[in-house]
Amino acid sequence: MSDVIRKNAWVAGLVALLAVLLVVTKLIQPTFGVSGLESIARAALPFAFATAGMAVVVIVGGIDLSVASMMAVCAVAAAVLMERMAGVPALLIVLALGLVMGFLNGALIVLTRVPDIVVTLAMLFVWEGVALLILETPGGAASDWLEQSIRGSFLVPGIPNALVVTIICVAVVWLPIRRSKLGLSIYATGSDELAAFRSGVAIGPTKILAYSLCGVLCAFGGLSLAALTGIGEPVPGPYLLASVAAVVLGGVVLGGGRGSLLGPLIAVYILRIIRTILTLLAFDPNVTTIIEGVIMVGVVMLGTAAMMRGAQQ
Amino acid sequence: MSDTVLLDAYGIAKSFGAVHALTNARLRVRAGEVVALMGANGAGKSTFIKIITGALKPGSGQVLIRGEEVRVGNPAQARKSGLVPVYQEPSLIPDLDVTDNLRLGDTPKESFMKWVEELGITDLNMSDTIGELPLATLRILDLARALASEPDVLLLDEMTAALPADLVERVLKVVRQQANEGMGVIYVSHRFNEILELCDTASVLRDGETVGDLTIEAGVEERAVELMLGQKIELGERKITTDLRAHSGNPRVKVRNLAIAPKVTGIDFDLYPGEVLGVVALEGQGQDELFDILAGFYPATSGLIEVNGKSMSFKHPADAIAAGLTLVPGNRADALLAQRSVRENIALPFSVRLPTWGALKLRHERERVQFAIDKLQIDTRAEGEVQRLSGGNQQKVTIGRWLATGVETLLLFDPTRGIDVRTKRQIYPLVRELAAKGASVLFYTSELDEVSLACDRAIVIFNGQIVDVIDAKDADEQTLMRAAYGLTSREGVA
Amino acid sequence: MSLASADSMMVRVGRYLKDNPVVPLLLFLFLLIALLEIMRPGIVTPYRASRDGIVSMFWVGNLIKFAIPLAMLAACQVLTMLTAGIDLSAGIVATVAAFVCATLSSIWGVAPATIIALLTGLLVGLVNGFGVGIVRVHPLIMTLGTGLITTGCLQVYQRLVINAGSEIPAFLAWLGTGRTLGLPNGLFLFMPFAVFILWLMRFTGFGRLLFALGSNEKATKLSGVRAWQVYLALYALSGLIAALAGLLYLGMIRQTSLSLANPLLLPSVAAAVIGGTSIFGGRGSFAGAVVGALIIRVLDTMLTLMQMPEGARTALFGAIILAVTAIYVRLTDTR
Repeated sequence: MSDVIRKNAWVAGLVALLAVLLVVTKLIQPTFGVSGLESIARAALPFAFATAGMAVVVIVGGIDLSVASMMAVCAVAAAVLMERMAGVPALLIVLALGLVMGFLNGALIVLTRVPDIVVTLAMLFVWEGVALLILETPGGAASDWLEQSIRGSFLVPGIPNALVVTIICVAVVWLPIRRSKLGLSIYATGSDELAAFRSGVAIGPTKILAYSLCGVLCAFGGLSLAALTGIGEPVPGPYLLASVAAVVLGGVVLGGGRGSLLGPLIAVYILRIIRTILTLLAFDPNVTTIIEGVIMVGVVMLGTAAMMRGAQQ
Repeated sequence: MSDTVLLDAYGIAKSFGAVHALTNARLRVRAGEVVALMGANGAGKSTFIKIITGALKPGSGQVLIRGEEVRVGNPAQARKSGLVPVYQEPSLIPDLDVTDNLRLGDTPKESFMKWVEELGITDLNMSDTIGELPLATLRILDLARALASEPDVLLLDEMTAALPADLVERVLKVVRQQANEGMGVIYVSHRFNEILELCDTASVLRDGETVGDLTIEAGVEERAVELMLGQKIELGERKITTDLRAHSGNPRVKVRNLAIAPKVTGIDFDLYPGEVLGVVALEGQGQDELFDILAGFYPATSGLIEVNGKSMSFKHPADAIAAGLTLVPGNRADALLAQRSVRENIALPFSVRLPTWGALKLRHERERVQFAIDKLQIDTRAEGEVQRLSGGNQQKVTIGRWLATGVETLLLFDPTRGIDVRTKRQIYPLVRELAAKGASVLFYTSELDEVSLACDRAIVIFNGQIVDVIDAKDADEQTLMRAAYGLTSREGVA
Repeated sequence: MSLASADSMMVRVGRYLKDNPVVPLLLFLFLLIALLEIMRPGIVTPYRASRDGIVSMFWVGNLIKFAIPLAMLAACQVLTMLTAGIDLSAGIVATVAAFVCATLSSIWGVAPATIIALLTGLLVGLVNGFGVGIVRVHPLIMTLGTGLITTGCLQVYQRLVINAGSEIPAFLAWLGTGRTLGLPNGLFLFMPFAVFILWLMRFTGFGRLLFALGSNEKATKLSGVRAWQVYLALYALSGLIAALAGLLYLGMIRQTSLSLANPLLLPSVAAAVIGGTSIFGGRGSFAGAVVGALIIRVLDTMLTLMQMPEGARTALFGAIILAVTAIYVRLTDTR
């Protein structure tokens, strides 16, 4: 039992921090309640999916700079498709699109032997261009049911639907894999590529799998963007640095092999609530952006410093 | 021991570019037999192991396991063929726990646990993360995992290097027992006492060729040392002799009780101005760490380093260089700017300090670089990119850098590894000349005959400690080899 | 160690291109210009459209004029890439410098405004250098982060000076839009700048250290270099160059905007990569990047003529960066 606590100390700390921040919010704004939670959970949706996707590739030992661009592609694709065809096939097509984009990212990294950071930087621009090709200006329309699915809290009383949707989608994509040998392979590859190879892990396919998963999670992110705005916007949102910061804050070590998806998801809500608190304190929204940026860069710096220390030992 | 041949490798040759790592290696392992694979540094052992385990494709020759050819592919395939290696460095995933590591390699858990207990680890918790376990435990887990997959042939590569004595006993006992029950074992080790205790035969590799098979019996050490040394090419005659008693003054570098966790436990020596002090050791005895510390890569765990009477603690190579200590590392790739020119490589230290960041002093640079090139007779026909030079010329560039800059104490780590005889013959007099002009040189070499050619005396390191100090005049290869294998007591050393 | 004679044809061709990137690049540039002329006869050679002149000085001047700020930002990428880094904050720094200069000129006058604008670039660069050199954050992530923070700061700043109006300093407008003998005045700034960068890369100790760090950081450390000092100076310099490019661009566009020079970032990376600078460090040429900038401008014109949408252009530049890098890895078989 104590083992479980020790291994999850970081996540436990994050939960505690989240609770403290919620209390602080309540103190500042006594009327803060279910609707406040709901708006936080809704606003955090795309951020949460981007972070989950980023977490998977960081665990395998890589990084994907193209998450925000892939989300933009999926958002415009969803908005365009849902205007023309039934919602469910459109949704499936968008998920498949995410899978294909992620697969391409991974395959290019494995085949060209160019470092992941360079490949995904280039793909960031490629996917951004693709989004613009699909839809030059914001437009299209997301299905009503998609917009409704993340509102209110009727699925589980008292818990915002948006949060339920996040948890279900991430769980459906990640848990079956996490529990199987494939999940172990992902962790093994990120932890020590040579040892993983010697233990019989197929390194290349494992990496491609991780990037494909990231693509699917980004597709969910794109769908949630479309659901939030009701339309498709071809311009990538500010999710790249934010997702890296949330992943690091969530206890996933840059360089791979360690951490879970739970920590980064909690970190997403922590970062989101900090924004809410700053807004409640009547900070200029632009100042809020700066403070957020500084926090994120600070978190990444600490994460890097921790990694360097780990590498030296 | 039966007559069933489990592993049969013959006529194995392998070249990397112009370097012939293996020319004609062979190895045969029968059921119930433990074969020691021996060879001095650079004999080609590690290449041979890679080929046997299917990690490398041989240039020519065949590896058969139970009569079937080993296919080159991933280690999982090799394992299915029946040969399971336990590598020098742990091959368990550091961030996963024990259970997950077993799942990853499809290792049966019960059998694994049985072996772990058999090998003397009783307090293993299956949910322990591998990265948090001590190195010795990891070695045991590696072995247990290998045994649990019930191999026909087990390959142990320096398996006991990180183990305490009681675990070594257990390992030897268990391996012997398994051999008696019909397993074939290849045992790679530098430790004669273990080979004597465990092995039936020994196969000796020298310069990429299998030069003999020995039956293990009392007194086999002498024969093995002879085989490992063989007939060497004459590298030249020693021209300069120095009288050790001339070292009257204060030492330039004084090292006391130096410990570097986990490998080095206690090293003391003095290095005088004008002296070339040899360092002799088998691979991995702590000499790498010693040179890293002296070059300033990281501070030592404990102990004292004095340079010219002042106590030092280096945090960065710049500190060591400021104190006059410069390293020419063993791996040339660590010292060279492969894509840059000879001139830029040699002149690199000129621009190190902030005041020298401005315009280059081109004439001064040209003169100094030319001086080094002339002195070392560097072939500069392909000077545009250092990576296009031959290995010998590359090595000259790494040394030339410090000739051009000026040096007080030179740390040479195996400077003649993998280079041609002509270059070697140029390097020894150069080292002597540097010493004659007052420099101090610490000279680690894996070629034992170099001690008498270039050094005044040599310290011998075994298992992280100095086990012997030998004068150059007494430093014939047999003596050094025996000392390096820890076969001599420290007689005559205070 | 393989011998030269044993190298494959591919490796040798790759090596030649690495050594002399400017020659094939120039050929490629002229090929593109010829293609452009075929697509739209008369655009480069007016006589074919029965106008005066063999080569249109106007067209050449325009090509150079718009390539200059791109080439300056590409200098940021070349210098940082020499150490296997990158500066993704360069576009935003240029925008900020332009915005600060234009708004402060109307309050405090041109000279202080210009100096403060350059100092903002230096400041962002120092922060980058701190993160990359001392904390050892990957340059991509670090410069992305500072870019984001800087954008936030710019928005806050804009609210502060919203009523002050803006003024484009006359000397910047002269540099940006004026012409002398048919060639853009921007060359008066760019020629000395280019000479300085070439000198810095080839004839200074600092330049040597940039190449050294990128080819082998361990060897450089072994020679006694404290890498953080180099990184700090490098990124500070990169920030300063970006700010200077922003000022020139301000004079060229003669408008202030919160995203003025941002669209130049991707082409600046592409120009450096096309120009033979290795994203893995240790190899790079500013002359190549200048030709790369010209190539990108010609490509841009062609894409516009073909009525290629904005998205295709962005995707194409991304694909070019990846393809050139992948080919580089294949040809040299190095990372």
